[in-house]
Amino acid sequence: MNKKRQIEIWVGVFMAIGFAALFLLAMQISNLGTAYSGDTFRVIARFDNIGGLKVKAPVTIAGVEVGRVQDIRYDPDDFRAVVVMGVQAQYLGKIPDDSFAKILTAGLLGEQYVGIDPGGSESTLKNDSEITITQSALVLEEVVGQFIFGKGQEGASK
Amino acid sequence: MLNLFASLGAWGMESLTRLGRAHLLLFPLLRGLLDILRRPRLLVDQLYSVGVLTILIIAVAGLFVGMVLGLQGYNVLSRFGGETALGFMVAASLVRELGPVLTALLFAGRAGSALTAEIGLMKATEQLSGLEMMAVNPEHRVLAPRFFAGLVSVPLLAAIFSCLGVLGGWMVGGGLLGVDQAAFWNGMQEGIDFHDDVVNGVIKSVVFGFVCTWIAVFQGYDCLPTSEGVSRATTRTVVHSSLAVLGLDFVLTALMFG
Amino acid sequence: METMQQSATESDRSLVRIRGLRFRRGERWIFDGLDIDIPRDRITAIMGPSGTGKTTLLKLIGGQLVPDEGTVEVDGQNVHALSTAELYRLRMRMGMLFQSGALLTDLSVFENVAFPLREHTRLTESMIRKLVLLKLEAVGLRGARDLMPSQLSGGMARRVALARAIALDPMMIMYDEPFTGQDPISMGVLVQLIRQLNDAAHLTSIMVSHDVAETLQIADRVYVISDGRVVESGTPEQLGEGGSDWTRQFINGLPDGPVPFHYPAPALSEDLLEGAQC
Repeated sequence: MNKKRQIEIWVGVFMAIGFAALFLLAMQISNLGTAYSGDTFRVIARFDNIGGLKVKAPVTIAGVEVGRVQDIRYDPDDFRAVVVMGVQAQYLGKIPDDSFAKILTAGLLGEQYVGIDPGGSESTLKNDSEITITQSALVLEEVVGQFIFGKGQEGASK
Repeated sequence: MLNLFASLGAWGMESLTRLGRAHLLLFPLLRGLLDILRRPRLLVDQLYSVGVLTILIIAVAGLFVGMVLGLQGYNVLSRFGGETALGFMVAASLVRELGPVLTALLFAGRAGSALTAEIGLMKATEQLSGLEMMAVNPEHRVLAPRFFAGLVSVPLLAAIFSCLGVLGGWMVGGGLLGVDQAAFWNGMQEGIDFHDDVVNGVIKSVVFGFVCTWIAVFQGYDCLPTSEGVSRATTRTVVHSSLAVLGLDFVLTALMFG
Repeated sequence: METMQQSATESDRSLVRIRGLRFRRGERWIFDGLDIDIPRDRITAIMGPSGTGKTTLLKLIGGQLVPDEGTVEVDGQNVHALSTAELYRLRMRMGMLFQSGALLTDLSVFENVAFPLREHTRLTESMIRKLVLLKLEAVGLRGARDLMPSQLSGGMARRVALARAIALDPMMIMYDEPFTGQDPISMGVLVQLIRQLNDAAHLTSIMVSHDVAETLQIADRVYVISDGRVVESGTPEQLGEGGSDWTRQFINGLPDGPVPFHYPAPALSEDLLEGAQC
């Protein structure tokens, strides 16, 4: 009887540790703990070029994450990319509608994300409203190309 | 020359019939779930010998694998100034690959071989036959609890392995080599996706647990009831399980991440 | 006429009826048309040299093996036509004593005897305890109830297995080589136990054995099989008196006779000469 009980206890401990480990994997090690899974509202922005932006990339204001990119698609009518962002519901009515959305890069070669610079308007972003002022992603090749081209012109004008 | 083909053919037919018997065994194993639900005690006893007794080797191995990953990862990453990605690298390799795979391999060596030997000896000493004559189906009473205990244990063991591995990587990276702690954890949490990485890792370990215990139980049940037969079956369990795990890992990885 | 009637009633009274049984392992026919009747409440011994498939016969009766041809009826039921559930219900009424005892090594003596009770009945713990102690008392091992099977001698293990086999009060018990490898004392104990159990509980006993002296001592009826057939049957007295040369050789344990001492081989001189040539 005693041994029976001992086995039960050990198995219980094993199961507890195992499930705790699974829980840790989910909450501590993966992004499940950090991802905001509550209500969001949709904000749309159109970009000429999104570079390497991906779904689930963070959306930040002043460097603080306020949402995630939910969907990216191409609009063939105006040849631009449509980025749908899910912004946490607590910021509904707190972001001016003349805000400025740009695609930024974390570090020199890091992941790309959407940064929003708040504007000064009285009216604010609502569900499904669009940010009209946008700045495309910085594509390294283009920047380098422009730089060389500019240098060449400088030399020619001399 | 003809002999060569003949022996090849015999080997092939033998392997096929064995594979068939192994699949037929799955039905009584699943049917045994009813007995287990009626008497959970059967499962608890097996969870002890299959799961609890394997924790130690899993924990030690996980910790050391994590520490090695931390050390090696640091050496490589620091060349590119990317030490901050160490947490991500350690966790990703553990959760996606090393956790499930190494756990399954260790499980096959520690618990799988023991299962085969135990069932094989029960067969050799007529215990299984005796159960049958006592109107107790050994497939339900002996094999099924062991099978389900393995199925439950391996994912839990793999989770323990991964967690301790991350801890080991953090001890070496954060403690010994001075990688920024916040960057270590943030990089990990940013990089590891719950669905793509953790859930897929768990699915892998469930599949591995299924295959490893299935092989172990079948080999024990199907072995020749002699001491030589049992020892051969034990070897086969380890070899077949390891190969199956590695092969399946490739297939699953290709399906999940490919 | 009278003899026919007699054999008919005898046949009705038999618990196990085997008709035209054929069974093969690979290419070899182990049984080739076997007819056996096991009478109720008696000890029937099935004897034969090693390798005549005596254990196989018990497994066929217990439904663990399926014959290629022929029928095995136990208590009027054709064993191999039963559904799995019916077969298991029938097996609850059969006990079997394996050569090795086949005790479950991870359970104590007490738990081993309690095992069939726990599996097949819904008795309370105190009832089980009483029954188990009674069964162990019957085989004289009540004091050994807390030992593990690994701590038992071969004879003790067999007695525990016997207690387990009678735990559910079966209608018949099959003994597989009960006397093999026993010292004279435990052999005597087993002989006495088997006789007592049979007489006290109205059990039908089937015993396969090649230990001639002990078997003839307790059996009521003996079948001798060789080459897959019954070569002789009758009471031990009948067998002792007459019978074929073969039976006499077997019963008296003569080294040479119809069963040759030598395994079939070419003449010795030929073999030796061939070796010299190499």
